[in-house]
Amino acid sequence: MSTQAIPRARPEPAAGAPSPPVPAQLRRNAALVPTDTAAGRSLAAVIAILTFLAGLCAGAAEMVAANAAQWQGDVAQEVTIQIRPSPGRDVDADLARAAGIAKAEPGIAETRVFSKAEAERLLEPWLGSGLDLSDLPVPRLIALKLDRGRGSDLKRLRARLLEALPGVASLDDHALWLQRLSTAAGAFVGIGIGLVILVLVATGLAVTFATRGAMASNREVVEVLHFVGADDDYIAKAFQRRFFGLGLRGGAIGAGCAILAFVILGLLARAARSGPAGQEVEALFGAFQIGLRGYASVVLIGVIASLVTGVVSRITVRRFLA
Amino acid sequence: MRSLLPGAERPVVQFENVGMRYGLGPEVLSDVSFRIAPRSFQFLTGPSGAGKTTLLRLILLSARPTRGLVSIFGEEVSGISAKALTGLRRRMGVVFQDFRLLDHLTTYENVALPLRVQGRTEASYRAEVVELLRWVGLGERMHALPPLLSGGEKQRAAIARALIARPDLLLADEPTGNVDPGLGRRLLRLFLELNKLGTSVVIATHDFGIMDAVDARRMVLGEGRLRIEE
Ligand SMILES: Nc1ncnc2c1ncn2[C@@H]1O[C@H](COP(=O)(O)OP(=O)(O)O)[C@@H](O)[C@H]1O
Ligand SMILES: [Mg+2]
Repeated sequence: MSTQAIPRARPEPAAGAPSPPVPAQLRRNAALVPTDTAAGRSLAAVIAILTFLAGLCAGAAEMVAANAAQWQGDVAQEVTIQIRPSPGRDVDADLARAAGIAKAEPGIAETRVFSKAEAERLLEPWLGSGLDLSDLPVPRLIALKLDRGRGSDLKRLRARLLEALPGVASLDDHALWLQRLSTAAGAFVGIGIGLVILVLVATGLAVTFATRGAMASNREVVEVLHFVGADDDYIAKAFQRRFFGLGLRGGAIGAGCAILAFVILGLLARAARSGPAGQEVEALFGAFQIGLRGYASVVLIGVIASLVTGVVSRITVRRFLA
Repeated sequence: MRSLLPGAERPVVQFENVGMRYGLGPEVLSDVSFRIAPRSFQFLTGPSGAGKTTLLRLILLSARPTRGLVSIFGEEVSGISAKALTGLRRRMGVVFQDFRLLDHLTTYENVALPLRVQGRTEASYRAEVVELLRWVGLGERMHALPPLLSGGEKQRAAIARALIARPDLLLADEPTGNVDPGLGRRLLRLFLELNKLGTSVVIATHDFGIMDAVDARRMVLGEGRLRIEE
């Protein structure tokens, strides 16, 4: 007993033609929920814009984190001994003595004593040039480069200097500066992550509204699907698939644009670096590269945006049908 | 769940003192009681606005009665679970008065829908659907979208969609309303054929032309009451 028996029971089919072979590709793979609507396109655009912004945030945070780590590495390689001149003391003798102590320490790779002229030049940006500083007690510096391979005991060095030249020599390991840099970089990365989360939440909300709208305008489709025997789960999946598709499209476009933006900015920065003001540009922005991890996080945001889209639409549909 | 004794078979549909109103409006149906036996064929008739579509919606469980009991396939349906509802609907085929084809799907996809939503793969039902489409005379129109079909073609597509899953119960709302008398008689023969194969058929119509062509039970609605003419 089957409808398949019907055609056999009635040999004169209405079409009249003797059964030609079944066409191979009948289904156009059309989604059960209409996809390419104006509302769908605007949702994809919104997701693309949000993903683009989130990608920029993540890339910038990643860049700051990477550059901060590099600066910290460089800076931590250097410590400075400061010798304060005081009346009645031979500054140059103090300098030589401090340099001698530093050289004797293991783990110090290089010692460079700044001459008086060099020390004064360091003040130029603040005090201007052409000033006669000879009467001023300008502190003198010894730059020490630490040996990356061997550990260096800065505590002992500091103790030795204090012992030999109390009140005259001090060791600056930039700890305070490093800590501030690290705090600032951490805050920046935190803000970046916060913005990314906000943008993803906004994506979720946009999808909720869009899904509700789609359910309302596809009420007819939902009803017919129910009548032909689709259960809620099946219908929710159909909507989820459609919105996941839109999310994927929006996410891919947004992430692609963000990556493109970073590539272009990277190329511009490289061009600027080779130009006359290159040193300053590099000092200001660091190496303008977000690296593999940065690109990966931008792509990840695109993927998360589409997943959020799919999951949120599914939850919204289930609520709507219940 | 069918009884072993044919005479004691459960009715496919059973209404007991069913009343139905839309919102706060007047009762569209009052004290309606009837049974539809397995493998039976009947017309549901009455003037326009008598409540034929409403009664079909009650059977389809797309509307709930305001009072009385409705049982479908032996199951009392008040408080039915969503899962059981889906199960009952898969045993019914419906031809809506306004067809309700999905405009973004081809004729083929529309007809295949009841099989597709059961999770079957396209390869498993393709031949079946094409065969049925050819049989209702839509062999050349399978790739057309419904807005491009004529009224009669839409009608046949809607009927094919109702038949494809081999339902135990077929409900058709004014299936000959939009077609010329010749096609109307052909569609009627199709329903009779299906009935011979074991499906219970209910055709809502006020077309005396087709009712007089068949000697079948008539359920007549008038002023909210149901009268049965055997
Ligand atoms: N969704 C609805 N809301 C309110 N009233 C309705 C609705 N559908 C039908 N009616 C009313 O119920 C009565 C019966 O309608 P219907 O069942 O469509 O009759 P028929 O199919 O016999 O023409 C009519 O008076 C109609 O106006
Ligand atoms: Mg009607």
